[in-house]
This record gives sequence, structure tokens and C-alpha cells, in this order.
Amino acid sequence: MAMLHTVNKSPFEINSLERCLQMAKSGSSVLLIEDGVYGALDGTVFSAKVKAADGLTTYVLGPDLKTRGLDPAKLIEGIEIIDYDGFVQLVADHDRIQTWL
Amino acid sequence: MSETKKFMYLNRRAPYGTIYALEGLEVVLIGAAFEQDVSMAFMDDGVFQLTKGQDTSDSDMKNFSPTYNALGDYEVNKIYVEQESMDDRGLTLDDLQHLVWEDEDEDYAKKPSIRVVSRQVMADLLEEQDVILNY
Amino acid sequence: MSLEVNGTVYETDEEGYLADLNQWSSEIAEKMAIDDGANLTQPHWEVINFLREYYEEYQIAPAVRVLTKAIGKRLGKDKGNSKYLYELFPYGPAKQACKYAGLPKPTGCV
Repeated sequence: MAMLHTVNKSPFEINSLERCLQMAKSGSSVLLIEDGVYGALDGTVFSAKVKAADGLTTYVLGPDLKTRGLDPAKLIEGIEIIDYDGFVQLVADHDRIQTWL
Repeated sequence: MSETKKFMYLNRRAPYGTIYALEGLEVVLIGAAFEQDVSMAFMDDGVFQLTKGQDTSDSDMKNFSPTYNALGDYEVNKIYVEQESMDDRGLTLDDLQHLVWEDEDEDYAKKPSIRVVSRQVMADLLEEQDVILNY
Repeated sequence: MSLEVNGTVYETDEEGYLADLNQWSSEIAEKMAIDDGANLTQPHWEVINFLREYYEEYQIAPAVRVLTKAIGKRLGKDKGNSKYLYELFPYGPAKQACKYAGLPKPTGCV
């Protein structure tokens, strides 16, 4: 089974998401939570790196987007917004979780 | 009466992920009582503090974004936002709250508090402060 | 600490401020005032209601300086001064009125 990577830090402040994207193997899932959700924004200096990551399925936690006032229309195309139930489901669907702090 | 000093509160962190943004805002409100020449500056992820539409109803945290609108009442009328930090994050002035202060001398006319400045100008502003407090 | 009004017990902090501002009612304000030996009149309510509106909009209880200025703008210069407000709320307009309004102690108030 594939690995679930979670990132909770802003990509503009620390390289957690960048390292995650480098290390995650094709077929893995990436979930952006807390300040990690800023990595889902399109039109930023970081978004090209997210778009270039091949073979990864990227998710973002909706409640954390909403808290920060981020418009779902401004996200990188293909990133899926999930709620807390979706978070639990992702955890259940993967046999290992790598947390990029 | 002691001499007025230039105080700048420099905000570089996103809201909610850490406590820095809320702490900084509270200190500004407390510090406003000392009647110094106060300004706030937002750069790097700090610019995310000012985004409009923040809604914490699903996250069990206090939404403190409305409090930025009270800064004018506390005579904090100079809010500098670095252009390059907004550009890097795909933000424009339209994505930020429209913060205003009321000019008592002009029949409470509402005037914008946010001034978008270049990195170069921000560097000059830092240089001219007596005190810079970082959050 | 706690406060009992009409048979219901409300939780407060050690200085008597209501723990949950959503529980507030005018009866609670009146009971707090009676316990302080005060009697709430229309001028008191003007200030208390103003504070609740201010909190609703900005999510903070204003500092006394800000309150004084804002009251002056809203209710007239004759009321927007410390003398008037201290006469209404001798324990400190921001502190005492915020307590009756069910708000937390004003930010920066020690």
C-alpha cells in the first residue's frame, strides 16, 4: 500500500513540503493541513513545484483553508479538498504515514 | 512628557498555525496606550494575517481577523505590507481586508490604513525605527 | 467562581467576569451590579450595549481610551469623557462595564 505524507508548515517559511515532494514515490498521497494549506495555492513562487510532482495525489484539509480565508477557486488544479472524515479515510486507506514537520 | 519614539511591530508569521500573530496583535493593542509613533509591517507569511474571509467556524479557534479593523481606533494607522511578499504568494490588495482609520479632524472621514510598499522602501522604514518588535 | 441568577449558576473567573459570553443576559448584568452595590440605569445600558456591539464587531473589549472616544462619537461629546463614564462606573468604565456586558476584561487592562 502507498504512503500518506502530511505537511503542516507553510512552504514559504520552511522546506518541509519541498522535501516531501522530492521524497514521495509515485503513487503516494500528500495531505496539506494547518499552515501547509498555503502550499495548495496557485500563482505563487512555490506552485510550480507542486504541479511538477508526478504521480502524487494531493489533498488539502477544507476547514484549514476556510480558517485562513483561502478561496478554493485559487487552488492548484487537481488538488482535492477533504473534510475531517476524509482525513480519517485517508489514514485508513494508507498503511504508513510520514509527517513532514 | 517623554520624547515620542518610533515603534514598529514586524509580523512575519501566518495566523493560526502558531501563536505569534495573535500575540503580536494583542501587544500592539496594549502598547497603543503608551502613545508612541506606532506602525505595523507585514512581510513574508505575515501578509496572510490580513486576508479577508477568514472563518474559524469549522476549526474551534478564535477568529481574530476582525480585530485588525479596530487598529484605527487605537491610532495605529500605518500598516505597511511588502509588495514582494504578496507577489510571491499570489496575493493582491483585493485579497486583503480593507482596513481604515477615522480622521477625527475631518469629521471622522475614513482613510485607508494599508500602504503597500516595495522591499526597498520597507528596508528604509526598518532603518528609521527606534524600536522594532518581532512576531 | 460563579454567579447565581434566577436559580441558574453561571461560571465566572476569579474577578467575576462571565466565563462564556454567550450565556449573557440583562438579568446577569443586573445581578452583577447589585452585588457591587450599583443600580443600572438607562445611561449605564447605553455603555453596556455599546460594548457588546463593539465586541461583536471587533472581537475585543476596547481599552478605556478607545471606549471614551467611541462613546463621544456615538452618544455625543458630553458623554465621551472620563468624568461622565467614571461617574457611571466608578470601578473603571472599561473594567466594570465590560464585566456587566459579559465580556472579558479589556485587552491591556491590568
